[in-house]
Order: sequence, then C-alpha cells, then structure tokens
Amino acid sequence: MDEEAVNRPLVLVHRPPNFHFPFRHRLATQFNLFDPFDSPDSTRSSLLCRHAHNIRVLLCVDPTPVSSDLLSLLPALELIVGSTVGVDHINLPKCRRRGITVTNAGVAFSEDVADLAVGLLIDVLRKISASDRFLRASSWAKTGDYALGSKLGGKRVGMVGMGKIGSEVVKRLQAFGCIISYNSRRKKSAIPFPYYPDVYELAVNSDVLVVCCALTEETHHIINKDVMTALGKEGVIINVGRGALIDEKEMVKLLVRGEIGGVGLDVFENEPHVPKELFQLDKVLLSPHCAVATPECFDALEELILFNLRAFFANKPLWSLVNLE
Amino acid sequence: MESIGVLIVCPMNTYLEQELEKRFNLFKFWNFPDKTQFLNTHKNSIRAVVGNATAGADAELIEALPKLEIVASFSVGLDKVDLGKCKEKGIRVTNTPDVLTEDVADLAIGLSLAVLRRLCESDRYVRSGKWKKGDYKLTTKFTGKTVGIIGLGRIGMAIAKRAEAFSCPISYYSRTEKADLKYKYYPSVVELASNCHILIVACPLTEETRHIINREVIDALGPKGVLINIGRGPHVDEPELVSALVEGRLGGAGLDVFEHEPYVPEELFGLENVVLTPHVGSGTVETRKEMADLVLGNLEAHFLNKPLITPVV
Repeated sequence: MDEEAVNRPLVLVHRPPNFHFPFRHRLATQFNLFDPFDSPDSTRSSLLCRHAHNIRVLLCVDPTPVSSDLLSLLPALELIVGSTVGVDHINLPKCRRRGITVTNAGVAFSEDVADLAVGLLIDVLRKISASDRFLRASSWAKTGDYALGSKLGGKRVGMVGMGKIGSEVVKRLQAFGCIISYNSRRKKSAIPFPYYPDVYELAVNSDVLVVCCALTEETHHIINKDVMTALGKEGVIINVGRGALIDEKEMVKLLVRGEIGGVGLDVFENEPHVPKELFQLDKVLLSPHCAVATPECFDALEELILFNLRAFFANKPLWSLVNLE
Repeated sequence: MESIGVLIVCPMNTYLEQELEKRFNLFKFWNFPDKTQFLNTHKNSIRAVVGNATAGADAELIEALPKLEIVASFSVGLDKVDLGKCKEKGIRVTNTPDVLTEDVADLAIGLSLAVLRRLCESDRYVRSGKWKKGDYKLTTKFTGKTVGIIGLGRIGMAIAKRAEAFSCPISYYSRTEKADLKYKYYPSVVELASNCHILIVACPLTEETRHIINREVIDALGPKGVLINIGRGPHVDEPELVSALVEGRLGGAGLDVFEHEPYVPEELFGLENVVLTPHVGSGTVETRKEMADLVLGNLEAHFLNKPLITPVV
C-alpha cells in the first residue's frame, strides 16, 4: 500500500481471483483498498491476518462467497457492501448474529431487472422472439401468418417477491392493464394489492407468475410442481431471481408435456447449463443471466458503492440495506 | 340475411369467416383464380366487402361492385380502402378502433425492450450453446430513454402511457400541437428524431405520411437511435432503412410492418440490432375476436338499418 493510501479509510476487497472490477481506480483515490489477491499466494493469508483487526468494511465484488470462516477472520467487520442484488453467497445468519450490516445493489439494479422481467413477459405472451425466428427462416411468405399471441391487459399477474425489483415491475405492468397480487415473506401494509401468504394460492389465482424474490433456504424451489400445475396450461412464468427458486427438472417436464403455457427465464439452476429440452420449445424464452448487464447498471452500481463507502465512514445512513431478519 | 352477398378479400381470421358464413352468402375472393370472371358473375349480389390491413377495397374493386353498400375493415388502418371513392358513391366504411389499441401499444414497447435489451439475439446465444463459452455482452437500458412518438392518436397515447411507467421522457410530432399535454411537441419529424433515442411510428398511412421516415430522419436518429414501426410498412423508406442498419448509421430497429408484406428484406436477417415480427400488432386471440365481433356487429347493424358501431364514412 502506498503512503498516501495509508491515511485513507481501509476497505477489504473480496473478489474472484481473475476479476478486476472496472472502477477500482476511482475507489483507490478515496479509500485504502486492501486486495489480498494483489499479493502472491504464499503471503496472502498472513497479510490478511496482520490487517484483519483494522478491517471494518468488506467490498464484495461479484457473488464471491463470504463464508463463516472468512467472517471469523474479521473481528472488526461492521459492513459488507455487496455488488449484486442477490446475497445468497453471504452467510447472512452469521452477519445477523454479529450485527454486521449488509448492503446490496438493489437501488442500482432494480430498474434494469424490472425492464427485463417486463420485456420477457411481453415477448413470451406476444411471441416476439419466436416470430422473429419464424420470419428470419423466411417462413412468413411460405407458410402464412404465425400463431396468435395472448393479450397482456387483464392478465392476473402474481408477484413472487415484492421488494425493490417487484415494486418496479408492478409500476410498469400496471400501465399495461395487468391485475396485480403478490406473495412475500410478510404482507406489506403500504402495498394496495391482494396478498397471498401461500405461493400455491397465488398461482391458483394468477395467469402469470413473476419470480423476483431472494433465494434463501425457505425459497429454494418455491416454484414447485404443485405451484406450476396450479398456474395452469396457459400459465406463464418469468424468473429474474435465481435459478434455484424454480424446480427446474419439474418445470422442464411440465413444459414438454404442454402443462405450462410458456416461460421467460434469465436464470437457471446450473448456469451456464440450460436443459437442452428447452431448446426445442418455441414457448420458452431464454436469457443468459443478463438482467443487470447494461452500462447504465454498472455506472449506477459504481455510484452506489462509492456513496455507501463514503456514508459509512462519515457515519451517515446507507442505501440499499438488506433486511437480515 | 343469408342471401346477402359478402366478399371477404383475403384470409384473415377463421372465426370471422365462420360467422360470416353463418349469416351471409360469403364469397372468399382467394378461392376464385379468375377474379374478373368472378366479379362479373356475382357483382349484383355483393353488397359488402370485408378487408384488412393487407387488402381492402380500392377504386377498381369498388367500380366492379355496383351493389356495394358497405366496406367493413378488420383493421383500424384504412389505407387499403379508397375512402374518397366510397364517399362519392355513398358507400359506408367501418374499421376496428379501440379494441386493438392496447395490443398495438404493448407491441411497440415490447419491440423497444427486445431491441435495446437484445432479447431475440440473447435467446439465440443461449440456444446455440455460446453461453457455455462466455457471457453475453452488455446491452442498453430502456428505462429513462427519451421516446419520440409520431402520431398521438389512440395508439400513440397508449404508447406514451406505457413508456411513462418506465420513466421515459415523451416527445411527439403530430399534424397539430395538442393542447394541455405534458409531452414535448416538435413541429417536424426530423427535429423529433434529433431529440429522442427511440422513435415510434404510430400515425395513419396517408399520402402525406408515406415515407415519413426517410434518409434525413434516419440520419437525425443516428447510430445510437432506434426506430420502432407499428404503423404501416410504407411509412418507412425501406431501402434507406436497410442500408442505414447494415452500414451502422442507425442503432437499431423493431419492425412489425414492411413495404411488401409478407416479404422482408433479407439483409435484415443477419443483423442482431433488429427485431422483426410478422404484422402482429393486434395479433392476440382476445383482440382478434373482439375485432371480428366488431366487423360482424357493423355489418348486422347496416343490414338491419341500425346505426353503425364504428363508422368512418
């Protein structure tokens, strides 16, 4: 660490070995960035031990796991600044016990994720990508019109998860005349839409499910066979959360058997592997986990991280806090 | 009414054709290879024509049907109907406004999202197995982008309402500025194109609006700009559009309509910044049924001497 840096607040950078985040230089002008991967393998852990008692903030780049073991090495840690929306790679129960605050990228990413969720839904219902494929195969002149799609207005949309992303999705879908209801860990009094404490009941009363909740032990495979069957043969599922929110094997079976109307998926259980049965189906829209892959998203993330780091060291309120309860 | 002759000019909707057959003496134009012969034989029994966006009632057809009383279009656009001729001969004309407004507006936004976020291209990326080798590249955010709308009628307003939900600043061009609107008005399409990121065509096709999207407008929209056309193919100078896209002078396009449907310029097939749909603006099961019911309702009203539901002439 250079001399000037030593006088700046210390931030531990926790990242995958081969990944340098793009705004490192900008952060380095304001903070003393301690990045263990800058050091060779042999000295890395002893270097970390030497500085551990001074480390109050950990910047988690990408969903690099923040395990119980790592947390044990950092007795002075007060804040983890995440760079993703999902925080399933961070040992949250331990953070809760230690009183460690966690922030995520929700504030920076929500609009882009919501845009993608709505885009996927319109595409699936109106068969945009499928008919684009049809056109490019020169089929319009040969075989006539493509199959009709389904109207968005009046569709009952069941939101699975009603956090920042869910709220942004709802704000958009209302303009299209969708009828909204939701499931969430707890009913939210500020939200005027019908609440279903059970995802199965939500599915029974919906035409579409938009999955955008956090992945936790409780929500693993929250979209299971029963829920998908309850949604019905014309039902559509959009997933911009995590692959493991849906029982993928069951979903594939139901799709192949024609028991779900269509799906739009940005996430999968075992990325980048996608069940090959899905490639044969026109009613399936596949997206390579790119809900936040816009330059605007990353600019917003950079600003958010900078803001939170500055705010923390100035004892000011932080943005995009993760609720650890 | 079974003896009333109705001519349907092209296949458009099975339900509509079945219902027309139940109520009238329906002639399906495409079943007669010799059109002139057909018209000569049946001209005195045909009192109604049902057309759509592809084919309607031009001057030639109107002249060939001396007993024609009403043209009911299975569309809202009437560019395929010679309205002047109909007025001259006292022929009524109906269309299908309102029932398809939402679907068309939904598609305009759907195409915008599909182009900016590369939905079709990234789907292809996954299906081809490329995701296993590396992530797809960055795309462009839609929320907050300036949207320019040409034509602020029913469909234009519905598009604006949806785009506002994405915090898109809205501007427009229209024959006259509309009072009491919070959207910014530009007195020319070129100025509108210079000041927006996504330009959406939502006006009727008339002599004035043919090729309203020309080279000048395309240049003004520029290498980052995106054109969305849910109007009519002839709104756009198609060869100019194709060369601008191929040469990278225009950022992207979402096209539901083409100058010579069902033919689409093949140069577009290799482009990843273009999304192409086969004229499906109103193409949902729900809306096509509503449109069909409106056509049937208008014909019934006419032959029962009741007021037409959605008359234009």
